[in-house]
Amino acid sequence: MEGTKKENTQGANAQPKGPMAKGPRGPKPKIKNPGKLFARLMRYILANYKLHVIFVVIGILVGVLANVQGTLFMQTLIDVYILPMVGEERPDFAPLAAAIFKVGAIYAVGALSTWAYNRVMVKVTQGTLRNLRDDMFTHMESLPIKYFDTHSHGDIMSVYTNDIDTLRQMISQSMPQLLSSALSVVSIFVSMLILNVPLTVVTFIMVAIMLFATKTFAGKSGKYFIAQQKDLGKVNGYIEEMMEGQKVVKVFCHEEESKKQFQELNEELFASANNANKFANMLGPVNLQLGNLSYVVCAMVGGVLALNKVGGFTLGGLASFLTFNRSFNMPINQVSQQLNSVVMALAGAERVFALLDEKPEVDQGYVTLVNARKEDGMLVESGQRTGLWAWKHFHQAEGTTDYIELTGDVVFDDVDFGYNPDKIVLHNVKMFANAGQKIAFVGSTGAGKTTITNLINRFYDIQDGKIRYDGININKIKKADLRRSLGIVLQDTHLFTNTVMENIRYGKLDATDEEVVAAAKLANADQFIRRLPEGYQTMLTGDGANLSQGQRQLLAIARAAVADPPVLILDEATSSIDTRTERLVQDGMDKLMKGRTTFVIAHRLSTVRNSDCIMVLEQGRVIERGTHDDLIAQQGRYYQLYTGKTPGLGMAAE
Amino acid sequence: MVKTILGQVKEFKKDSLVTPACMVLEVIMEMLIPLLMAAIIDNGVEKGDMAYIYKTGAVMMALALFGLLAGMLGAKYGASAATGLAKNLRAAMFNNIQSFSFANIDKFSTAGLVTRLTTDVTNIQNAYQMILRMCVRAPISMVTAMAMAFFINAKLASIYLIAVICLGFCLFLIMGKAMKYFKQIFPKYDDLNASVQENVSAIRVVKAYVREDYENDKFTKASGNIFQMFTKAENILTWNAPLMQVAVYGCILAISWLGAKMVVTDALTTGQLMSLMTYCMNILMSLMMLSMIFVMVTMSMASAERIAEVINETSSLSNPAQPVTEVADGSIVFEHVDFSYRAESEEPVLKDINLEIHAGETIGIIGGTGSAKSSLVNLISRLYDVTAGTVSVGGVDVRKYDMEALRNQVSVVLQKNVLFSGTILDNLRWGDKNATKEDCIRVCKMACAHEFIEQFPDQYETYIEQGGSNVSGGQKQRLCIARALLKKPKILILDDSTSAVDTATDSKIRQAFATEIPDTTKLIIAQRVSSVQNADKVVVMDNGRVVDFGTHEELLEKSEIYRDVYESQTGGGGDFDQQGGGR
Repeated sequence: MEGTKKENTQGANAQPKGPMAKGPRGPKPKIKNPGKLFARLMRYILANYKLHVIFVVIGILVGVLANVQGTLFMQTLIDVYILPMVGEERPDFAPLAAAIFKVGAIYAVGALSTWAYNRVMVKVTQGTLRNLRDDMFTHMESLPIKYFDTHSHGDIMSVYTNDIDTLRQMISQSMPQLLSSALSVVSIFVSMLILNVPLTVVTFIMVAIMLFATKTFAGKSGKYFIAQQKDLGKVNGYIEEMMEGQKVVKVFCHEEESKKQFQELNEELFASANNANKFANMLGPVNLQLGNLSYVVCAMVGGVLALNKVGGFTLGGLASFLTFNRSFNMPINQVSQQLNSVVMALAGAERVFALLDEKPEVDQGYVTLVNARKEDGMLVESGQRTGLWAWKHFHQAEGTTDYIELTGDVVFDDVDFGYNPDKIVLHNVKMFANAGQKIAFVGSTGAGKTTITNLINRFYDIQDGKIRYDGININKIKKADLRRSLGIVLQDTHLFTNTVMENIRYGKLDATDEEVVAAAKLANADQFIRRLPEGYQTMLTGDGANLSQGQRQLLAIARAAVADPPVLILDEATSSIDTRTERLVQDGMDKLMKGRTTFVIAHRLSTVRNSDCIMVLEQGRVIERGTHDDLIAQQGRYYQLYTGKTPGLGMAAE
Repeated sequence: MVKTILGQVKEFKKDSLVTPACMVLEVIMEMLIPLLMAAIIDNGVEKGDMAYIYKTGAVMMALALFGLLAGMLGAKYGASAATGLAKNLRAAMFNNIQSFSFANIDKFSTAGLVTRLTTDVTNIQNAYQMILRMCVRAPISMVTAMAMAFFINAKLASIYLIAVICLGFCLFLIMGKAMKYFKQIFPKYDDLNASVQENVSAIRVVKAYVREDYENDKFTKASGNIFQMFTKAENILTWNAPLMQVAVYGCILAISWLGAKMVVTDALTTGQLMSLMTYCMNILMSLMMLSMIFVMVTMSMASAERIAEVINETSSLSNPAQPVTEVADGSIVFEHVDFSYRAESEEPVLKDINLEIHAGETIGIIGGTGSAKSSLVNLISRLYDVTAGTVSVGGVDVRKYDMEALRNQVSVVLQKNVLFSGTILDNLRWGDKNATKEDCIRVCKMACAHEFIEQFPDQYETYIEQGGSNVSGGQKQRLCIARALLKKPKILILDDSTSAVDTATDSKIRQAFATEIPDTTKLIIAQRVSSVQNADKVVVMDNGRVVDFGTHEELLEKSEIYRDVYESQTGGGGDFDQQGGGR
């Protein structure tokens, strides 16, 4: 899907996208392989609804047959039933009545069948849409962080709604219609062939012309439908970003600019939608009139043939043929109408499958985290939560399993890393944290502190060097288990639409209410929560918009506390909290951190001061290392950062 | 509501009128052509009159061409009218949203607004197009066919009338029932959108807590809800097709029977009988078409309501009749101010605030988490209105100012730093769109952002991803400060904007303020005493009240809270610059 992906991060040649980018329009996109796409969609539907589809096909067949026999009856009505009775003294309506009865019965079956297959079709359609949405979401959750950092959020959202919606019409209406029209066409075609071959050829030529017209128009509209879906995604993305940042827009009186940029995107969408619909609409009238033309030509040619009695063709036969011709054009017309919705659906389907084809996070780890207990000094796996954790390391070569106790011993061994492989941001980072130690990272902004935490977590993988956790290479550890062993409080708090209680419980889904409240108390959040309108049952919406920034951070800390993880990572976790509250939180945190390895990133001395080891980062390198007292004595960068004094000089510059 | 929607047709009025006109022409052709077709058979083929066939054929071709032209024009204008309406609706909504106050914004969720601007508009677009193209043709078709049928034989035609009425009635019932369900679907779409959005922006939290499965379950429930609603609604609609078939077949059979009787008694010719049959299909197809239109229209009614809601929403904050456009200076006065976010709240968030701040002063604001510091400063730039009392800037009540003029002079760096996708320069120019690059560099130096920007390969042209995910937290904050400085405001408000910045940088930034923008009134909300102790005065807040206001020295003496904070930061733990930090 060219164009949807953006290049990542600083420095790379980013293709300008997003609200303020004014990229070139570019050549009109084409669906790469409509046949293949359609086939894939069919396979997807059949995978879940094979029996249903078979039932529907049979139902359609029954419906078509019922219809056909009705048409046949129409023809025989006059000749067979009515005419004989004309002029008779006492006409016998019994046979007619019988015939009508029979036809009526078949019609009834047809109608019933129509109802039945339509109902089944609803299930197939809605079910398929639901399955697609679910599959997309599940797949999306497995994608690497990089995907989310490089795609517009609104564009992603658009796939779930706008693109899936295009499929609805196609599956529920177009496909059954296509099938029944196809069947009608075949049956009528056969009848025509029986009547007269040359005329059938003439009709066929006209049909070929109609198909050519269809291909041309459908092709054109298809192109524009793809563009339309893309533009819709862009509009979606722009709106989403602006709505999220609407407060900033207001504060900077950016409304006019905002409107102008929206107008640009809106116009583009209008252009592609207009063209798409235009060509789609035109197909109907074109085919309709071509059908009429076909009739006329047949009449003319057929007239010549009949009058000259070529091949025993009679005027009566011509009359019949013309009727067939008329009924032949109708399904062709219907097919071409439906084709439009197919084309539009393919445009949507392409984006859906593009998302489904994104590569998920690579996880080749096989070491898992299990509960354990000590038995005779040996670690044994336990089914219950014991508070003691162990890594279960299965050695394939020997077929044995090792249990290594989780102590939180983390080692960075000469690590190099860059978000972009060409631009390394961490160089030769060497660090070790013994179990239970508190390690602090300080450094000027952009030095790489958050990046380090991204690595421990395996949100991103390193380019060179090794990171070891309790002696095991973290690449060997399953990502889910690795992350479960770490509790992390991020710089940007994110809360979900749910009650306060449930948001805290996110840290440990089976936590009891008491555990949640205890965690809240530890984070010093309990007090303000109780003062909320519904206390713990207060609904948080819009990422906790109704709370202050500091309160949100307290909730994030409570969430991490309830998870009770062996290792903690705190990234500026208390930056928005006033220092008095922080002290109280700190007390709780200290209790929480006792015996746990903790990584802390902060600017405040109060947070960092009592660490076992402080790492000073500068431009991706560790330049100083030691305890607070050591570093102050060194009078190096650390000293400079936190006293504002340039080493060697006396007083701070004013 | 319909008026609101149709009010957006605007420049597409012509297109909207041309389309049905073309459709009418097309329909007329459609009526004529079958007559000609029948004539070809009756007068041409049956009588062996080739000349007649050719003549009529030629006429038919001409009519077909004419019909084609009409059809294509109708197609073109139908498309432009509908997509044009959609465009205008989106623009109207978006533009109105820009005028919303924070209170208005809080009312609609982001996901709700996104759904309205996309899905709902698309529904209206489709419905409108359908109406323009079918709404004229279907009734005309039906009425003409009925008329012709009556012309042939009133008795038999009345069968059609009965069928139409019955069918119409049934369809009406069906629609009514289905509508109930369709109305409930859109809020579920909103929920789905919201669900996706949350996951996409909070993916780090989801992965860190290994909650992918949990989120998957949550989502499956949401999509399951939509599935159920839609299925219920569409199941009801499945009655349409079979009912239609029953009507058609019934008519055919009835006419066959009665017609046969009449033909036998010579009250009707066979030709007439055949014609009647043809009209049968025609009439009932038109009715079907009408019913489909009805469905689309009713479905889009729900969408229309949601859209009209947004278009008709008036901002809760509006400019006064004769707004003042000049802000005299950066002095700020709060007089007996009370404030609540919601009128029904029992406890006001701010209680009886009284403050007097002179132009050019640097004021620090300190207080516990949730003591309403941000709420206080939001009132100055009129992001929210007070519920009691007055806030004055430059001696004039803020409600008397033209909002844009006021906000151009009051620059706020919000706590939550939002950067938008675009280059660094683009982002900075939010402060002043005419700023030159030199201006931008100047403010970045003040905000201590210049050094790190210089280190990016693309420097000021570096592209920022949505949400600023490719810059660190501290870098984001400094860019936001630079952005605010570019406005050259009379009042600068920093809402805890240096929390992710180390102390040394923090003091550098403040120094830059003192030297470069001495006349700007600066309000600094901070956690660090060091950030505020050099301010001219400090406001101490607790629980929505101003409990103390004075200089650093005064507060050390009389404010217990202030003393407490100070000591906690400088004494045992405290902040870094107590070591001889004589400033």
